[in-house]
Amino acid sequence: MIVLEKRPTPSRFWGAATPVAAVFLTMIAGGIMFAALGKDPVEAIRIIFWDPLFNAQFASYSRPQLLIKAGPLILIAIGLSLGFKAGIWNIGAEGQYIIGAICGAAFGLAFWPSESPLLFPGMVIAGLIGGWAWAMIPGVLKTRFRTNEILVSLLLVYVAEAILASAATSWLRSPDAMGFPGSRNLARHPGTDNPELIAGTGMHWGVLAAFIAVIAAYVLMNRHVLGYQIRLAGQAPRAARFAGVDPNRLVLLCLGISGALAGAAGLFEVSGPAGQISIDFNVGYGFTAIIVAFLGRLHPIGILLAGLLMALTYIGGELAQLMLGIPAPAIQAFQGMLLFFLLALDVLSNYHIRLKRTEAA
Amino acid sequence: MKLTRRVLTATALATGLVAGSAIAQDDPFTVGFIHVGSTGDMGWTFTHDQGRIALDEHFGDAVETVVAESVAEGADAERVMTQMILGGADMIVATSFGFGPAVNAVAGRFPDVYFEHATGYLREHPNVSTYDARFYEGRAVMGHIAGHMTESNIIGYIASYPIPSVIQGINSAYLHATQVNPDVEFRVIWANTWFDPAIEADAAQALIDEGADVIFQHTDSTAPHAVAQEAGAFAFGQANDMSQFAPAPRISAIVDNWGPYYIERAQAAMDGTWEQTAAWQGLSEDRILIGEISEAVPEEVRASAMALRDSIASGEYHPFTGPINQQDGTPWLAEGETPEDGPLAGMGFFVEGLTVELGN
Repeated sequence: MIVLEKRPTPSRFWGAATPVAAVFLTMIAGGIMFAALGKDPVEAIRIIFWDPLFNAQFASYSRPQLLIKAGPLILIAIGLSLGFKAGIWNIGAEGQYIIGAICGAAFGLAFWPSESPLLFPGMVIAGLIGGWAWAMIPGVLKTRFRTNEILVSLLLVYVAEAILASAATSWLRSPDAMGFPGSRNLARHPGTDNPELIAGTGMHWGVLAAFIAVIAAYVLMNRHVLGYQIRLAGQAPRAARFAGVDPNRLVLLCLGISGALAGAAGLFEVSGPAGQISIDFNVGYGFTAIIVAFLGRLHPIGILLAGLLMALTYIGGELAQLMLGIPAPAIQAFQGMLLFFLLALDVLSNYHIRLKRTEAA
Repeated sequence: MKLTRRVLTATALATGLVAGSAIAQDDPFTVGFIHVGSTGDMGWTFTHDQGRIALDEHFGDAVETVVAESVAEGADAERVMTQMILGGADMIVATSFGFGPAVNAVAGRFPDVYFEHATGYLREHPNVSTYDARFYEGRAVMGHIAGHMTESNIIGYIASYPIPSVIQGINSAYLHATQVNPDVEFRVIWANTWFDPAIEADAAQALIDEGADVIFQHTDSTAPHAVAQEAGAFAFGQANDMSQFAPAPRISAIVDNWGPYYIERAQAAMDGTWEQTAAWQGLSEDRILIGEISEAVPEEVRASAMALRDSIASGEYHPFTGPINQQDGTPWLAEGETPEDGPLAGMGFFVEGLTVELGN
């Protein structure tokens, strides 16, 4: 029988090296998969990891796209990482992202066709509040009735999707759309738009917010008492209670912050890259951000790098689809391998594997 | 095949060009297809991919196609289309309604690339065309068959989203089912998805539990057929023939036939005769086909259904011919009147007799 035995002190070196090793192993396993599909594995890996950054034909376009794709991932993952560190599992960031986008867009559309400079800040606040409020549902249910926040937050994603569909087909539908679904285009209207701040960089308010969130989370975790409480609650919940940490307050704070950041990410997306509320507005950022958070070791700088890496595999994966005809599901499997290897290596760096003889009971 | 390939042909050499200065004119006309779903969905995206294959086969080496599937609408679609064009695509075919804003944004940046956008209505640049099919014409024939085939007089309808093409379909099916069987009742379930086998199967089961013995679907998977098969109910193929379920539960189908359109448009682009259009074609142009009506349907019904099909295809009969009232009783079409294409394309109401509401 194989037994896992916890290592008394997990290696610090492997803690930092596992993400790199996971990427490396993903390249090998993915390469084998691409070869089995009859594609040149070296070329496929080069297209995915190298071409979006350095291919003369694509790079000037795809480099800024990295920021556009990574921005929401980083912003959401930063919020999630606080809760994950404290052992509070918000799996429903996708739903909070949707509700944030709907609230922010609804705020902007309520004053249509105003072009007031106050409009966009108001939309951001509405987005923050929308995401926060959606996350408060699992938060209050957990603190009041001890429900499981994993299930409640996840199931609320499907509720949010239903609300999104009804918003896109009825109450936020553009009057100019001749009966077709979708709201007015926020990105093409001054006042409600989230424009590129420096032309040709892909940098919009949401990307800037993601960078600010990285810095703020770093300061919070290292310099603030709340960061200390979060780490303590995650590592030693009983000790945390003796140290005076109120677990309910921590649940509400962590869920609230992650919900608000996810909501803001939704607002920045709907007013910028996506442009409008549509039936299929959400594209899975809230779920992918969970991978990003873990790939980044729940550390702000790690999340920044992991977000950029995930964005790279998306954009490179699309290029591989176009240039080599690799089917989309194979690209998704490739991304899945990344998380698989990371988790597998995590187990190995935290545990010994021992072979034990089973004894007759 | 790589998108970036540049071929130095014998012609180029013969005209005395220095080797190495490969010229773009020599490479094939490249058409990039972008789908929101998977080409393996056996429904909507599958039929568009069949159209792409037909395009490939028709032109041989002169046309090359590339495909991006499962592309999310919005920023992702914009990026994928741009990358296709940077990789050498001369024409973009976007097969989902939700790609509209992205198509127009990219089209503005690349005025020399031709864009074909399925089921859309936005044409903000002269290089953007939209195309759609008159699915409601096929729905009329299916409604006719359903009205004859139901014994419980309850017909189930799995709808995706309350948008014009779906609403047209429900109205058309209902009108032609009641035409042959005035006692027919329609039960509609909004699945709020285009493709989700589990939800579609649940919806089909719920309709059957309510007594429905004929099931329509405006969603893309074959899951409702599997449920209908078990319950002994009838169903219709959607987008694709779904003939693996014939002769029952699948008794007929509306088959989308995009290949000829793609061939025509690519030819026009290569000839320099491409012009912006808003194509809305149906049975008369063979944009949709009626899948073979199976032997589970009585001979005389098969004949009357085909007669209905022929009268629509010849233009002799319009599936929406008055008198027709709206759901709330307000008159829509007077005796013998038919609707203009404009308002019909944006249809946002149900006809009298239907109890369904917009959305749920």
